This record gives sequence, structure tokens and C-alpha cells, in this order.
Amino acid sequence: MKRGYDVVVVGGGPAGLAAGVKARMLGLSVLLLEDSDTLGGIPLQCIHPGFGLHCYGEDLTGPEFSHRLIGSAEEVGVNHILNAYVSGMAAFPDNRRITLRVISPDGAFKLHASTVIYAAGAREKHIFEAGIVGDRVSGLYTAGEAQALMDLYGVMPGREIVVVGSGDVGLIMARRFALEGAHVKGVVELLPYPGGLTRNIVQCLEDYGIPLLLSHKVAEVKGERRVEKAIIVKVDERLRIIPGTEREVKCDTVILAVGLVPYIKPLRDLGVEVDPSTGGPMVNGFLETSIPGIFTCGNALAINDLADYAVEQGGQAALGAYNFIKNRGIPEAWKSVGKGRNVKLAIPHYISRGRDAIIYVRVKKPERNVKLHIPEIDWEMKLPSVKPAEMIRVRLDAEDLLKIIDGLTIEVIPDTCRR
Amino acid sequence: MRVAIIGAGIVGSSIARVLSRYRNLVVYLLEREVDVGWGASKANTGLIHPGYGEDPDEHPLRARLCAAGNRIWRRWARELDVRLRWPGELALAFVRKDLDAIRRFITLGYRNRVPGLRLLDRDELESFEPNVSGEALGALWAPSCGQILPWEAVTALIENASANGVKLNLETEVRDIKIEGWRVKGVETNRGFLPADIVINASGINADTVSRMAGIDHFSIHPRKGEYILFRGDSSPKVVRVLHRVPVHDTKGVYVTTTIEGNLMIGPNVQDLPGELKGDKATSIEGLDSIWMEAEKLVKRLPPRDEVLRVFAGLRAEPSWGDFIIEAYDEAWGFINVAGIRSPGLTSAPAIAYYVRDLIGDRLGIRLEMKDKGEWTPCRRGILRAADASWRRLGRLIDGNLGYGKIICKCRMVSEAEVVEAVRRGARTLDGVKYRTGAMTGDCQGSFCRIRIGMILARELGMPLWKVTLQGGGTEYGLGDVKVLQGRSGQP
Amino acid sequence: MAVKAFTCTVCPIGCEITVIVEEGKIVDVKGFGCTRGKDYAVREVLDPRRILVTVIRCRNGRLPTVSVKTDKPIPKGKTWEIMRILSGIMVEAPISMGQVIVRDVADSGADIVATRPNPKSDENSDQPHPIRIRSFRR
Repeated sequence: MKRGYDVVVVGGGPAGLAAGVKARMLGLSVLLLEDSDTLGGIPLQCIHPGFGLHCYGEDLTGPEFSHRLIGSAEEVGVNHILNAYVSGMAAFPDNRRITLRVISPDGAFKLHASTVIYAAGAREKHIFEAGIVGDRVSGLYTAGEAQALMDLYGVMPGREIVVVGSGDVGLIMARRFALEGAHVKGVVELLPYPGGLTRNIVQCLEDYGIPLLLSHKVAEVKGERRVEKAIIVKVDERLRIIPGTEREVKCDTVILAVGLVPYIKPLRDLGVEVDPSTGGPMVNGFLETSIPGIFTCGNALAINDLADYAVEQGGQAALGAYNFIKNRGIPEAWKSVGKGRNVKLAIPHYISRGRDAIIYVRVKKPERNVKLHIPEIDWEMKLPSVKPAEMIRVRLDAEDLLKIIDGLTIEVIPDTCRR
Repeated sequence: MRVAIIGAGIVGSSIARVLSRYRNLVVYLLEREVDVGWGASKANTGLIHPGYGEDPDEHPLRARLCAAGNRIWRRWARELDVRLRWPGELALAFVRKDLDAIRRFITLGYRNRVPGLRLLDRDELESFEPNVSGEALGALWAPSCGQILPWEAVTALIENASANGVKLNLETEVRDIKIEGWRVKGVETNRGFLPADIVINASGINADTVSRMAGIDHFSIHPRKGEYILFRGDSSPKVVRVLHRVPVHDTKGVYVTTTIEGNLMIGPNVQDLPGELKGDKATSIEGLDSIWMEAEKLVKRLPPRDEVLRVFAGLRAEPSWGDFIIEAYDEAWGFINVAGIRSPGLTSAPAIAYYVRDLIGDRLGIRLEMKDKGEWTPCRRGILRAADASWRRLGRLIDGNLGYGKIICKCRMVSEAEVVEAVRRGARTLDGVKYRTGAMTGDCQGSFCRIRIGMILARELGMPLWKVTLQGGGTEYGLGDVKVLQGRSGQP
Repeated sequence: MAVKAFTCTVCPIGCEITVIVEEGKIVDVKGFGCTRGKDYAVREVLDPRRILVTVIRCRNGRLPTVSVKTDKPIPKGKTWEIMRILSGIMVEAPISMGQVIVRDVADSGADIVATRPNPKSDENSDQPHPIRIRSFRR
């Protein structure tokens, strides 16, 4: 086996597969490392449609989407190792290479790469991150775990369900449970507005008569062996518990759909700079992290609501790796991307004046009839509604960006001229 | 002579190990749970206390057995291949009264033969502990304070005891003790009657209930709940030493420590519960807030609240008397109580075990015949960990066993081979695997790996995935097949 | 007379549309911003349809389930009947992507198709050679 590659991709989900495919198409030598025993990533267990609208112009289910990518990888020949775990990385700027330590049933070995594209995805927030205390009982699952149990491994977790979190993941799981015959008592949401798309509120909750409790949280779970009750309380506008509003909901299963966090432990160990608003690395327009030659994409970079964006980022990272190798580094003059009114996150954190750029933005609060606005270049995009759950994809041409001097700021402002 | 030990916690398993050395004793270890050490033994601070705080006049057994246990653990940890560190302890003083108390503890410590005690003054503190609070006036430095993972100690003791002939009976609950003519005849359990000449009650929180079965009811045990907060592995700041405030009123107070696995941990608080609530291990916001408040005073800074990984609670067996109750009785010859083993129980366990052996010899007058050299081994090797192996070693391990190359738990780097070995060594549940391998205790708390471990358990134990349990019957992973709620006949 | 209110899901604007129904017939539709929205609302009242996705059980495959969908939207009212039919099915691996599992399920006009291939379970599938890099086998 060859030990040195142009690109080593860590992670065989949508972002990693897309990065591997693009890198191969650009003529680079690629090795992809996947920790589980199949390629495809999380969409393999997301049996609902909503994938591929941007990439393929079709409304595919998750598995269909993953298999399209696997097919492309097969076509261009992306070599890969399954059951491979990266136990550590070391970056050697002098020799311009990165060494990875890999553990797999094939042996423990080291790989050398000119560039690494880190696409290892995200982890789910656990029960304490959801602010739940109480008895130590069984019957508590994260949404992804419940999804894998049902839709990969054919296991029914429980029969009386409380779902915590009204993002799309929680809504989709509420419907899965209801459809398979469970009694979904309700979806509990901390904020005063739901986290997921309206389409999912309708097709997952309304269609099945599942109550949505806004401004509520599960404070405690009780039970002897398995959960028997969830104590649900109301919260005020500062998200504090309103005393006296506790009520018990009988259940045997609590599903935690309270959010994802990029899984970047190997990058943290290397000292990469992290953006606290995304939980992922800070990156430039080529999705290169603060460590030269190490790129990131997909949910490891920031939590994406569309797998299509993960694919797009994978392609961009591969392009970055190609540039890095061709020019022995990426010597651009990067201008910073700042966050203005109602912008929670904006990626990448740096762009260059001379290239087209795609910026992914998330807002802090929902608003209607607004404009995305960049004052430095006098650019705007009207949007009828913005929601924290929906990532906004902004495309800027190199021409627009020529006007930047020091950097740019993205802000969300009310659209004063309504239709 | 047949010996039945009730309770496979740290005390029962230590006694089992010690008694397994004697040829004329056949030892049965009875445990009502589905695995060992699931009572207070797995939910405590994990400290090997120096023992300066035990007053030999007030609590003679605690004072003697704590200091002795502290010394014995060094040898036992080596023999049993259990991780044991000696960070040393700082008992911080914040007011004049604390400094006086320290002087008193140094005297007590001298009586208890505790080595190396010293009063540190304010200027020295930071060089011992960089994160120490600037408000501390001084501290008692006790270098002989150690740290251990208590569940690792229990499983090691059990494996060693079993290798030496002790018969472990899980899911076996003692319902009654048969006494005839003032002598112990045996125990009545949910699995039938076990004849025994000696019955040792090491049942922790239920020791008073079990003792009453033998007609001994001069003490009671009530649960003392202690909650703990564990932080993520990558959170900071941590601490180097074991920190707490100078003890008052026979409680050691809230500790701030960094566990052997590298996680900052704070706790426990103290909540005395009525005797009947022996199952209440719930955590609460008030309890956690009170721990936070106390811990904050000891250090410059705690990590931010959102870096908390996990909270849990343990129930300690608090005796109505205060001291350990380790005694034999004329009116129930053969029955030995080892009850009320509250703090410093973990520390004292080895010494308690030898003390009980001596009780059997002296008080019951039984001559104990030691096994020959080849018949008994003090040594037990733990599960070989991929995370601890050098790179070359790991390569060789994988050559011999492909399972070492398949990493199941990403956060703690636990391989499939270790999970399978844990099952071979007695794990039947997800928690059983967790306590033997450390899997699922990392930053993701099992969200990546619990299913994988479930599948390995399902395969090794020959059961469907949904039947695998978290911690025994009633905690199954699932209800059944994905279509189980739909049946064939009707709509839900 | 019944008034049904919807948030339209055709585009991100999300117009709030109300439909007034009298004796099973639509008399008025208000609040839509475009004809697509109006059509959506009318359909939701007269003939609401959904794509149904679930899993079915599978024997002897790498996974014990195959994910499936209806190849076109089916009337909402047939959901439970279809689920009942599907819960009684056990297919046999190998299953290929797009394979038709049930034709015209419950007379809905839609087929149930597999959305995930499930190859036969292969006991020796991961006995690797020394550091074998997997290339795709054709």
C-alpha cells in the first residue's frame, strides 16, 4: 500500500465522498478513511425525502442520495479503507506534509498526506446538554440513535414517546414513531417558535395529531428502571422555568433532538482555531483551517441543514486542496467576514477579493420581509422570511468582491419597501 | 466450611478475595443485581483517603482500618493491575477556625500513623495547586491521598476471587437467614436455599434489613445521597491535587478532583434521606447548584457550566452509630455484620477484609488453612487496552486479534476486542461493558457507540438487539422488532 | 360551513391561506400569494396526498431492514392501511435500489420501492488482508 497521498479524506459521508470525488476528478491521489463499515454517512438512516434538491435537482431520500455519491466515487475510483479510525494527526509545515495515525482491522499504520480534508461530521448533544436531571433510567435516546435503531437495525425503541426539540430531526422522528404505531405524546420546544421547516410541522405533527409545546422544556425524568414520566415545565421569554407550571407526562421513551455539535477532537488536539458560534473550525474561502493544508467541510465545519451543502463544501475543500498542492500553499490576501445584525454565524470566516465566494449564513432570530445586506459592497438579497433552522446560501461574484477593502459584514435588515 | 458473603460491592469482593486464600473455606458471593459493584461502590469520589480525619476515640474501627487500608491498596493495586495514582490532598482553610482544625488533624493523623502531614501556608499553596482559590489562608497537605476507579477495583477483585475459586452468584437476593440453635445454617434466596456456616453481611445500603433477618437489629442504616458533576475531558481549568475544605462535623465536604480518566469532577453534597428511600438516586437542580457553589470557593475558576458532561448520584450507607459495624454474635454464631461502611469505606476495604478474616479465626475460633503456593494467585491482569498500547504493540495486538483494530468508542478509543473481552469477563449489559472498558463515558456519552456495543452484546450473548439491557431486566434497549406495535391484525 | 387554515409549504414565504368549504365544495380561497399556493390549498382540502416512507423487514441481508417509499404521493387516508400491509411483509435479500416491493399498494396507484440496497449478509465480508485498500468491486 502506498503511504503518501495528495489528499487524505477523513470521513465517508456526503462531505467526504464529495471531496474525494472532486479531488480525483482534479487528478489528485486520494485515500478516504471511514470509521464505520459502510460508506454513505448519516443519510443512510434518513429514509425521508429532502435530499439532492440542489445537487441533482431531485427530491431523494437519504439512502438514495448517499448511494448517488457512492456511485460517483466508484466511477472515478476513490480508494478507501473502512473501519479506519484516525487516532492522531501531526502537521509538519517544513516538509509540507501531514501524518495521520490510523487504526483499522488491517493494522495500525501511518499515512502521509500533502493535504487532509476532515469531514468526520458531528455528534449529538446528550441529556445533560438538554438540561434534564432526574432518575437514572433507560428509555432515553438521542434522535440519531433512535433513527438508526428503527431504520437500520429494525428495533422499536418504545411505545409512549416524548420528543425534546422541534428541529427537523425531532419532527421527522416524531412522525417515524407515530407511523410505526407508537403514541407520541408531544414535541417539547424551549423557544417560542419551532426549530424546523413549516413543511415538517405540517407533515410530521399536524398530520398525526402530535401536540407541539412551545416555550416548554423537559426538566426531569422519573422512573424506576425505565423512564415512566417526564416532568414538563413552561419557560418565560428569558428561558427560565416558571414555577408552578410543572406537569407530569406519562411516557416510556424520551427522544433528545436538541442539536448537533461538530466532532473535531483530532483538530482540537492539533490546536486548530475554533469559532464558538459554530463549534467548528475557522476557515478561509477554500475551507482551509488555521492549520495550512488541513481543510474541513460538512457537519464538521458547521451544522448544515441540507446534506447538499455538505456536498458543495466537500467540492470546495477539494478545490482548496488542489490549489494548495499546485501552489505549495494558498497565498491569498484573506479579508474577514463579519457578522452584523441578526447573524449568528457566517462561513467561511475569510474570503478573497478576487474569487467567487459562497457564504453560508444562519440568523439568530426568525424575521419576515428582510434583506441580507453587505454594506461594504452595497449588495443585498431580499428574503420573505428567515429562520435559524434554515441556512442561507449567499453567492457573491468576484466582481462584487473587488470593492472590498478591509473585509465585509453581513447583516439582516428589515426590507422597508414591501411588495 | 461454607461462607456466604452477601453483597458484591467493594467490601464484599475484598472479603471474598481474602477468604479465597483458605483451603477449608468454600466461598459464595451473592449479589442481587445483575452485575457487581452497582451500589455505592460505583458512585463515590474514588479516593483512597489519608485517614487523618478519623478520630480513634470516637470511631476506632474507621481510624484503624482507614490508615491500614491506605497502605494495603498500594500492594493490592499492583497485584490486581488496577490504576492507582497518588495526587495528594489539600484540605483548605478559609478562616482561623479551619487552621485550628488542621492542627488537630495533624495530631490525629500522628495517632493514626498517617505519613507526611504538613500545614502549608498561603504562599506555598499555588506551587502545589495552580488553580487553588486565592481566598485560602493555608491548607493541610496530605501526600498519602490516592485516587482509584472504584468500579475497576471491584471488577478486578471479583475476577481474582473467581479465579481463586469463589463462586459468584448474580441476581441472587437474600430473603432470609436461617438460624437454628443459635447457629447460622444458611440463607434463603430467590433462587433457593444455600446452606452456609458463616454468613457475612456486606450488603451496603440494605445491611440493616439483612441483619434483622439474623435477629440482630441494634442499628439502622439510612441512605445518604451524594451528587456529583463530571466535566468534559477537554474542559479546563482542572486541578492537580485533590481539593476540599477542612472537614467539619464528620463530613468531608465537596471535593474538586481530576479523575484518573482525566475529567474534572466536583461533589458530593450531602442529603440524608429517610431509611425507606433506598432507591432514590435522582439528581436535582438544587443539589447540583449547591455542589457548584461549594466547589467554586475552593478554586480560582471552574469551567463554564456548558462543559458539564454528566451528573450522577450515589447512596452511601450511613449507620446510626457513626462507626463501622464489624462484629460477630454469640446469639447467631457464624453471622458477621460488615455494616455501615460509609466513608472511608473504599479506602478501608482491604483492611476490613483482613479484619473479618481475623474475626473468623479469633472470634469464631475457626482454624484457617492457607492454600499452597500454586493453588492461589494474588495476580490478576486487566483487559489490555488499545488506548494504552504503544504503536508497535498495537500492531501486534491487531495481528493476533482483528478486534483490536476496530475502534468502537471514538472518544475513549475502546476497541471491539476489549468489549468482547468484557463480555467474556462477565458483562451482560451495556453498563457492564461501560464499567469494564470505559466505553460510553467520553464526551459523546455513547451517542456514537452505544448501538455498536449493543450489537456486539447481542452477537456475543446470542440475543436480538432490542433485548440487550442497560442494567438488567426492565431496562431493555428496545421494545421489540420495529413493527412490533403494529402486529399483523390492526392499526395501532 | 367549515374554514380550514393552512400555512402554504410550496415556497419559503409561507402564506397563510384559508379555504372555506360548504357541503363538501370549496366556495372560497383567501390569502394565497400565487397560483401554486392556491392549488396547494385546494389539494390539501379535497385530496391531501403524501409520500409515505418507512422500512420493511428483510431476511438474510446485511441489515435487517430495507427503507422504502411510495413512488408517488398517496391519499393521506390510505396511510394506515398501507402501513398495515407493509408491517406484515418480510422480504429476502438481496434487494436492489429501486426494486419494486409491492405494486399498486392498497389500490393507491403507487408502488412501494426500495430506497436502499440490501446485499446478502456475507459472514466473511470483513476478513481483511494486510492493509488492503478497498477499491470498488464491480
